[in-house]
Amino acid sequence: MLLFIAKRLASGVGMLISVSFLAFALLSLGSENIARNILGSTATQEDVNTLSSQLGLDRPFFERYFDWAINAAQFNFGESWTFPETVSNTIQSRLGVTFAIVIVTILVSLVVAIILGVTAAIKGGWVDRLVQFIGLMGYAVPGFLVALLLVTAFAVQIPIFDAIGYVEPGTSIGGWIRSITLPVIALAFSGIGSVANQIRGSVKDSLGLDYVRTLYARGLGFNSVVFKHVLRNAGGPALAVLGSQLVGTLGGAVFVEQIFAIPGLGQFTVQATSVSDVPAIMGLVVTTAIIVIIVNLVIDLLSAALNPKVRLS
Amino acid sequence: MSQTTTPKKQGLVRRVLSNPLGFMSALMLSLVLTASALAKLITPFDDQAADLYNIRVLPGVGGHILGTDSAGRDILSRLLIGGQLTLSGAALTLGIALLVGVTAGLIAGYFAGWFDTLSNWLTGLLMSLPALVVLLSAAAVLGRSLWIAMFILGLLLSPAYFRLVFTAVRAVRNELFVDAARVSGLSDFRIIGRHVLGAVRAPIIIQTGILASVSIGVQSGLELLGLGDAGSSSWGSLLSDGFNNLFTTPFLILWPALVIGITALSLALLANTLRDELERTGPRFKKIKGMGKTAAQIADDAAEIATIVHPAPTRNNETPLLSVKGLAVGYPNGQGGIKQVVHNVNLTVNRGEVVGLIGESGSGKTQTAFAVLGLLPAGGRVVAGSIVFDGNELVGLPLKMSRKFRGGRISYIPQEPMSNLDPSFTIGTQLVEPMMKVLGLSKKDAKDKAIALLTRVGIPNPALTMKKYPHEISGGQAQRVLIAGAVSCDPDLIIADEPTTALDVTVQAEVLDLLRDLQKETNTALLMVTHNFGVVADLCDYINVMQDGRILEAGPVLDIFQNAKHPYTQSLLDSILEGGPARGAYVAPKGN
Repeated sequence: MLLFIAKRLASGVGMLISVSFLAFALLSLGSENIARNILGSTATQEDVNTLSSQLGLDRPFFERYFDWAINAAQFNFGESWTFPETVSNTIQSRLGVTFAIVIVTILVSLVVAIILGVTAAIKGGWVDRLVQFIGLMGYAVPGFLVALLLVTAFAVQIPIFDAIGYVEPGTSIGGWIRSITLPVIALAFSGIGSVANQIRGSVKDSLGLDYVRTLYARGLGFNSVVFKHVLRNAGGPALAVLGSQLVGTLGGAVFVEQIFAIPGLGQFTVQATSVSDVPAIMGLVVTTAIIVIIVNLVIDLLSAALNPKVRLS
Repeated sequence: MSQTTTPKKQGLVRRVLSNPLGFMSALMLSLVLTASALAKLITPFDDQAADLYNIRVLPGVGGHILGTDSAGRDILSRLLIGGQLTLSGAALTLGIALLVGVTAGLIAGYFAGWFDTLSNWLTGLLMSLPALVVLLSAAAVLGRSLWIAMFILGLLLSPAYFRLVFTAVRAVRNELFVDAARVSGLSDFRIIGRHVLGAVRAPIIIQTGILASVSIGVQSGLELLGLGDAGSSSWGSLLSDGFNNLFTTPFLILWPALVIGITALSLALLANTLRDELERTGPRFKKIKGMGKTAAQIADDAAEIATIVHPAPTRNNETPLLSVKGLAVGYPNGQGGIKQVVHNVNLTVNRGEVVGLIGESGSGKTQTAFAVLGLLPAGGRVVAGSIVFDGNELVGLPLKMSRKFRGGRISYIPQEPMSNLDPSFTIGTQLVEPMMKVLGLSKKDAKDKAIALLTRVGIPNPALTMKKYPHEISGGQAQRVLIAGAVSCDPDLIIADEPTTALDVTVQAEVLDLLRDLQKETNTALLMVTHNFGVVADLCDYINVMQDGRILEAGPVLDIFQNAKHPYTQSLLDSILEGGPARGAYVAPKGN
């Protein structure tokens, strides 16, 4: 098990190096444009050249990458070109906000998806069709449309929730819940359907299995058979979907944070990319990749814990 | 080739359109497409022209069907012209994704080797970052062009096609007919074109519908984040305008949101309908109404009561423990009716008696057993007759009520030991949980009893086995565990469904001996469902011979063996007598 984790972390580091190198190369492609983008179209060519050399953009590509990589290995992503704080500090302060929203979203999605998926598999009929339709809606209708709809309806027309901003849970728990309710609903919208459909499918398959009949024959009731035995066996595939949903939620957070003016990583991404802040973009790309690698590892460990037949090696 | 596929294709299109959801989504899509294409003909206004006398007017004012925005531009014109932009953007994405994904899939699948490794590595890389972060980063250096963004999105989405084509090529690659085609002189190129593209055409169309909705969504989202041309009329820009004026003119956001939502949903719905129609093999069936038997079926059943009953003077005449009368089990036949698999079955089991139910597979014996347990597979139900257990009618009892008989009063030993244990829980948990629920034992008492039971059924190291998972023990051991589970709650009746069929011959005899011993020790009644006359001869007091869902002959075991009256019973008996050596007399194991 430890060996498995070590191997996965090693391959994760390899992935990080590839991702960061490709991103760095891509960002260097436009190094001509970067200084121009920052200064705007009215700046003289002289000013653009000066800024380019100030930012070190005139140095050879590999030299710049190695400098960056050595610092990045110590979680130092350098000075931001446009923000007052260092990139690492900004990311650190915003990570918590995004995490809070993403984790609450995943928990809400999981609970609702289990209820919907199990009900659809067992009741069938219109509940089943409804769950399948919700899954399709979540897949097809972009989450930001839901976010916009929610803002218009519940923050502008009927102001029940705060339209914008984020309240730290340390400041006020009630305020925190109010500030994340709409973002979480918007983010959960696209995920609930696909996780629920996965659970619906696995539960439906499991219900016809021999051991389920035998468990009933041994005198166990519906709740025990379905929620303890069937759901645990259906858990593996559902977890895999949940994992990819989590990655999707990180992307969705970019829109939702922008729409609800929440100071998280997503908002930082939009701000950094809109001003071509290369160190900030690199820091964000690496941070996102690290989160994705860790999420996938955790999902694999959880699947192994659920299914005794999976040997980690 | 084209002659054979054309009618089939037409049939599919017609099927999709005759589905209400499919028709609605196809209609909405054609509306959006036509309206966008004919934008200039439909609306008199230019999408960029400002009507300064009618700024932010409501729908209908000044000839503006959907009103105007904060600059006085006609909203309908912007939506329609924007449709051209947005849909072309989506088309670019799909074109790139198709070109890259399909080509790479064909090459990687057909030639394998390093290209395969490289493609899979690249796919992994692309999946490790949310597409949006990549798109935003790219926009930072390559400039804010919607077309560049859509081009990159095409690359990011190409793995979806790659995987489809790759899998299909791998599957076809190893088929014999590909070698045959090559020998007959066809080029690789033609082989791929003919066999692979034919196979993946439908999945690619479905995938395209889904990706089109994704690409419209991502594109509008990017523009909402301010990545588009500020003045353009694309749907995303309209959405962005609406968002910026949310507090002053909330209705502005409604139209683009509606159009994006409807278009994306229609695309996904159409793809989904297409998939459903492709997967469906037969015609669509009407919903099954009532499951009762028709008068004709009842008459048919009555006419068939031809069970030859041998007199059983030694059988006591007390009230039977289990009494099945006129049982009929049916399943929906997919055409609104029912297909009956068990007809008018009568069966009794007295206390302490071992009763055999013998027949070949498909004779309805297992269905009868499941009906008694109240656990017929999905769709199946008792359509007539009664099952009385110890004075209680079991037919029509809801799951909650019949539950108090299962486990504690009636227990079950299944045929296939491995598939009847939950793979995710230890043997111990699976034995302890029902005992705690049914007998109300504490966890510790249940554990002790489970260990004692495992010892009794001959598991070598019970304490260790308790901690094992089903895949860690042998089939014979698993069957012993299931037998231990069946007797664990001291039932009055055990239903054993072919308990030895799935086991090795040597283990079969041991398990039968164990069943016999346990039955004698506890004096539990046993209903033995089997196809094996050897098992019946060995264990049973009384037997019922079943074929095609009916009981043909019933009587004490010796009478049937010596004096079988029904030709079917006779043929079954002949087959065992001729087949193998007769079983020797039973010798009790030592120490018993």
